[in-house]
Amino acid sequence: MLLLALDSSTPRVTVALVDVAADATVRVLAEHADDAGNRHGELLAPAIQRVLATAGAAPTDLRAVGCGLGPGPFTGLRVGIVTAASIADGLGVPAYGVCSLDALALAHREQPGGLLVVTDARRKQVYWARYDEEGRRVDGPEVSAPDDVAAAARGHVDRVVGPGATQWSDAFAGFAIDESDPWPQANMVARLVAPRAAAQAPTEQLTPMYLRRPDARPPTSLKAVTPR
Amino acid sequence: MTGPRGLGPLVLGIETSCDETGVGVVRGDELLADALASSVDEHARFGGVVPEVASRAHLEAMQPTVHRALADAGVTWSDVDAIAVTAGPGLAGALLVGVAAAKAYAVALGKPLYGVNHLAAHVAVDRLANGDLPEPCVALLVSGGHSSLLVVPDVTGTVEPLGQTVDDAAGEAFDKVARVLGLPFPGGPHIDRAARDGDAAAIDFPRGVVRDAPYSFTFSGLKTAVARWVEARTRAGEQVPVDDVAASFQEAVVDVLTKRAVAACRDRGIDHLVIGGGVAANSRLRALAAQRCEAAGIVLRTPPPRLCTDNGAMVAALGALMVERDVAPSPLDLPADPALALA
Ligand SMILES: Nc1ncnc2c1ncn2[C@@H]1O[C@H](COP(=O)(O)OP(=O)(O)O)[C@@H](O)[C@H]1O
Ligand SMILES: [Mg+2]
Repeated sequence: MLLLALDSSTPRVTVALVDVAADATVRVLAEHADDAGNRHGELLAPAIQRVLATAGAAPTDLRAVGCGLGPGPFTGLRVGIVTAASIADGLGVPAYGVCSLDALALAHREQPGGLLVVTDARRKQVYWARYDEEGRRVDGPEVSAPDDVAAAARGHVDRVVGPGATQWSDAFAGFAIDESDPWPQANMVARLVAPRAAAQAPTEQLTPMYLRRPDARPPTSLKAVTPR
Repeated sequence: MTGPRGLGPLVLGIETSCDETGVGVVRGDELLADALASSVDEHARFGGVVPEVASRAHLEAMQPTVHRALADAGVTWSDVDAIAVTAGPGLAGALLVGVAAAKAYAVALGKPLYGVNHLAAHVAVDRLANGDLPEPCVALLVSGGHSSLLVVPDVTGTVEPLGQTVDDAAGEAFDKVARVLGLPFPGGPHIDRAARDGDAAAIDFPRGVVRDAPYSFTFSGLKTAVARWVEARTRAGEQVPVDDVAASFQEAVVDVLTKRAVAACRDRGIDHLVIGGGVAANSRLRALAAQRCEAAGIVLRTPPPRLCTDNGAMVAALGALMVERDVAPSPLDLPADPALALA
């Protein structure tokens, strides 16, 4: 069955069209990624059309949609999630979500040992999650200062991946920083949701992993307009 | 392109420029559904719209609101000829949720996408209430974010701004004055209500004039004058006559709005005035505009209050007109533009 997967939790927006077999194995038919900066909203829909066209597929051929739920900067993250939810809704097919950090970790599972995944959260913080040797997430996702993440991970893992690792290389100086495949890939999102798609699991509410409350302070009491 | 019964295109419109998630369905100029989810209560305690709160609420409300609109309209996706969406102006993050959703539906369903201007949609909505939009017309758009006078030769293409506020929008002035008077947010409806029991001539608040800009507005001086007046009473230990302040403030606002709108019609030789935007729900604005238009021989068109505030039906109404007029659909890389200018 054809499954469309996407992730917009980082500045790299990524889309994949895959075929999911009955045993949930995944074959990638087409894939596209753009360095979006903050233009996720402009690049995502054309990228979806492009992967469909590349594979010679029609939207109505899709049987499921998979999406990275973050954590990630809110505005770009929402573009991917509302896109995935609306495509699934428009076609009447199920939508499945995954933690975007899990997708990033999956690309690095071939190597031995535990893994720390770190992406940029702005405001001098990172989104992160920690994985054991079997690739299971054992801590996170969370948002913290890089130094705190490094301190907590020391002794548990040797390897760090993700754009946050290179960006905060000082904080992660004691770790082996793996610079290969630093971005979440949509085909990894597809692999993670494939078992649910193959089992025709019920559709899911795609809820973003914000990890932060919205910035919203009540206004201070009305200022007097005339000096007292 | 026409719908199944040949009665005009069936268009689904999505509006997320501020704090209302609106999804409307129209067939030509016939209103079929107008579903709305508002995050206004979540903003009330902040005294204004918090962008991130609004964006989160849009995401949560999108699919439920779309489904309510389709159900209310009694149509299915296969009946829909096109998807229209507010591309701007508005809050960047909020707009983006609607634009991304509209694109996704357009791609999934293989339907054309129409990005529309929020202000033009506030004008076009009139066709749902009053039939074919008279073009050219003058439009007075007054809401929490805008106060504009426009000449509209073609609402799907050419819209010429004549003037706008140089500081606060009219609705913003209502909201700020409401706060000064201790009335809840959004303040417009509360001031409208309080003013009914007040004397509009009780206090002579200033009518702001913008030099060399006869069709522009300024409300910040008025707002300050009201705040000063109220402060002076409070400091003197006197009770503030809320109803009279509300009525006198409201009169000052609607006096300049209607005077300039009528002047614009007269100067341009245009005999139709359309009033839209949230403040167009104001009962005194409607009454005074009717009176002054009648005296000047101008036909006044006001959509019902429900269609004046932000909603999805207005977006669908403009989208349908674009389809009817063979306007080219928008490309899929259509940006959400917080400062989208009128064409
Ligand atoms: N009866 C009324 N009288 C005056 N202002 C009103 C009335 N009803 C609503 N408003 C104002 O309209 C504004 C909302 O307008 P609307 O078009 O819905 O939103 P936006 O400003 O986001 O486009 C608010 O400022 C509100 O106070
Ligand atoms: Mg509006």
